[in-house]
Amino acid sequence: MSSQEENIKIRTSGVTVHYGAAQALHGIDLDIRANEVTALIGPSGCGKSTFLRCINRMNDVIEDCHFGGKIEIDGEDIYSGEIDVVELRARVGMVFQKPNPFPKSIYDNVAYGPRIHGLASSKDELDHMVETSLRRAGLWQEVHDRLHTSGSGLSGGQQQRLCIARTIAVDPNVVLMDEPCSALDPIATAIIEELIEELRSQYTIVIVTHSMQQAARVSQRTAYFHLGHLVEHGDTDRIFTNPANKQTEAYISGKIG
Amino acid sequence: MTDRGPQKNDPIRAARQAQRLKKRYRKERRFRAFGMSAVLLATGILAFLMTSIVYTSIPAFTHHNLTLDVTIIAEEVDILRDDQGLVTNVDANWLGFVRTALRDSFPEVTSRRDKRDLYKLLSIGAPDAVRDAVQADPNLIGQTIQVRLPLSDDIDLVMKGLIDRNLPETDRLVSDRELAWLDKFIAEQRVSENFAIQLFANGDSREPEMAGLKGALMGSLLTMLVTLLISFPLGVLAAVYLQEMAPKNRLTQIIEVNINNLAAVPSIVFGLLGLAVFISFFQLPRSAPLVGGMVLALMTLPTIIIATRASLASVPPSIRQAAMGVGASRLQVIMHHVLPLAMPGILTGTIIGLAQAAGETAPLLMIGMMAFIVDTPTDVTSKATVLPAQIYMWANNPERAFVARTSAGIVVLLSFLLLVNGLAIYFRKRFEKRW
Repeated sequence: MSSQEENIKIRTSGVTVHYGAAQALHGIDLDIRANEVTALIGPSGCGKSTFLRCINRMNDVIEDCHFGGKIEIDGEDIYSGEIDVVELRARVGMVFQKPNPFPKSIYDNVAYGPRIHGLASSKDELDHMVETSLRRAGLWQEVHDRLHTSGSGLSGGQQQRLCIARTIAVDPNVVLMDEPCSALDPIATAIIEELIEELRSQYTIVIVTHSMQQAARVSQRTAYFHLGHLVEHGDTDRIFTNPANKQTEAYISGKIG
Repeated sequence: MTDRGPQKNDPIRAARQAQRLKKRYRKERRFRAFGMSAVLLATGILAFLMTSIVYTSIPAFTHHNLTLDVTIIAEEVDILRDDQGLVTNVDANWLGFVRTALRDSFPEVTSRRDKRDLYKLLSIGAPDAVRDAVQADPNLIGQTIQVRLPLSDDIDLVMKGLIDRNLPETDRLVSDRELAWLDKFIAEQRVSENFAIQLFANGDSREPEMAGLKGALMGSLLTMLVTLLISFPLGVLAAVYLQEMAPKNRLTQIIEVNINNLAAVPSIVFGLLGLAVFISFFQLPRSAPLVGGMVLALMTLPTIIIATRASLASVPPSIRQAAMGVGASRLQVIMHHVLPLAMPGILTGTIIGLAQAAGETAPLLMIGMMAFIVDTPTDVTSKATVLPAQIYMWANNPERAFVARTSAGIVVLLSFLLLVNGLAIYFRKRFEKRW
């Protein structure tokens, strides 16, 4: 087990979140390994998205949202005072439920992150970064001849891949995905899932999904949330074939949720 | 299965359905008719208003002039020259030249009283026309020149048919003798109708034919400039801070409520405030576009703040999240994404606020901008009035010719506002982006 210990990318312990008086998360302890896809599943309102958004502190901007506990990325407490949130979000990228490209050109969408972080020193370097990101997101072939047209003119699936390209353009080491395929058709979903599999080698990926099949297809590890509690987590194969917890079994087999 | 489907064969039920359908159509037709009549009524009233104003204003856009042969006697003209010997100024008894020309046209008029009546044919602006002609071309000195001189307002009204020649002389502003003189000039084809350039080239005057909107237009423009420069940056900054950055606590809540209330404060109160604070306390000049603009800026601020906040709030949260997700700071999210997307709404709000301010008179009443000012203001501290104030003052003047002038002023003000609103639509379309 010691080799896996070293491989832990994100370590969360006793994570609690309150929205005002309502408690959304009750002491979550979950270790997320590097270069793996971890799927967070569970019925609506179980806190999996809230948990995901804790990892890059997106909840900070929500009024009345209070965080408790500890989250470490590479051994560094991301809620300590020394961490700059903006810098953290550059390291921990996020892809959202609904494709949300900026109302700018495809090029500007991808180049935005590198630009604000000053990652490229020349136009050529920036061009190269945009191309690499689009290639990794599997979108280059489709858009290379219309980089300067609006990103909102793409199809839903293409928009989501553009958002993924935008996220990986700033070279994060963790990518959070909040139901990235929920607004897409099955074909676009399949393309995104393939992409997730490819990205795994370079990034640590945490994905929230409502689709059991998707969790089973793309993830190596699965965590089942229910009513703000982490009910069970472990290897995806085991969770789906031999869940230890009755609730997990009921949810996976479609009896609740 | 069969008893659950609609029973098409049941005649009673079918009849009931048909009746209900008919009733529904009737209701819809009735609603449509009400809606259409409401629209018709509203546009009808507006059309009536506009037509009557435009119709009344038409006479003000032209003026009748008398072409006279005026002799410029060289000995009576003082010529000022600069170092290079170029003429800088000419001075003479221009009125005397004009009167001589009039007397020469009617040698039979000899008594002092008759002569005075004869002089009244022409506007008091007539000598200025002669001076302008000579100033433009000093070579005319010593010659007899044909100059187009404006007729007096009453004579102009006779020419336009607004004073009825057939009325008994006692009920008429123009005497029979004046009409006879006029008829002689008409017979000699010396009377012509021209575009009333005075309306736009002159400042205010007690004589309707000489009164123009230039001063008020310039005053309005300067005032609006001050208003825009103060209220736009202040309003947008305040709104962005309140909407995007301020913590939501008791204090910001109180500020919010007060801004909303400020929008409902009667405008005269802002005028009183301007008088007390800007003029009495800070000793800023009275009747100046600077103070007027500051007072109107206070009035416009809540409109801009409310409009800006509304359009900031309507920027979809997904755009903010996307920007934050790639590591944009709060300020970068606002400056790069939220503000550009909110710009059309902000501009629309600003221009609506400015248009409102442009038509405002009450606050300016208190700071001395409702005043008879002949000179065109050159900067924001010179004395000035504004278009709506000018219209109000003209409406109060007794001369008949001011009726048309007043309407012309309204037409100019409305065109000004229409132009501004057109600009708003243009900017809206220009900056609009889809997401």
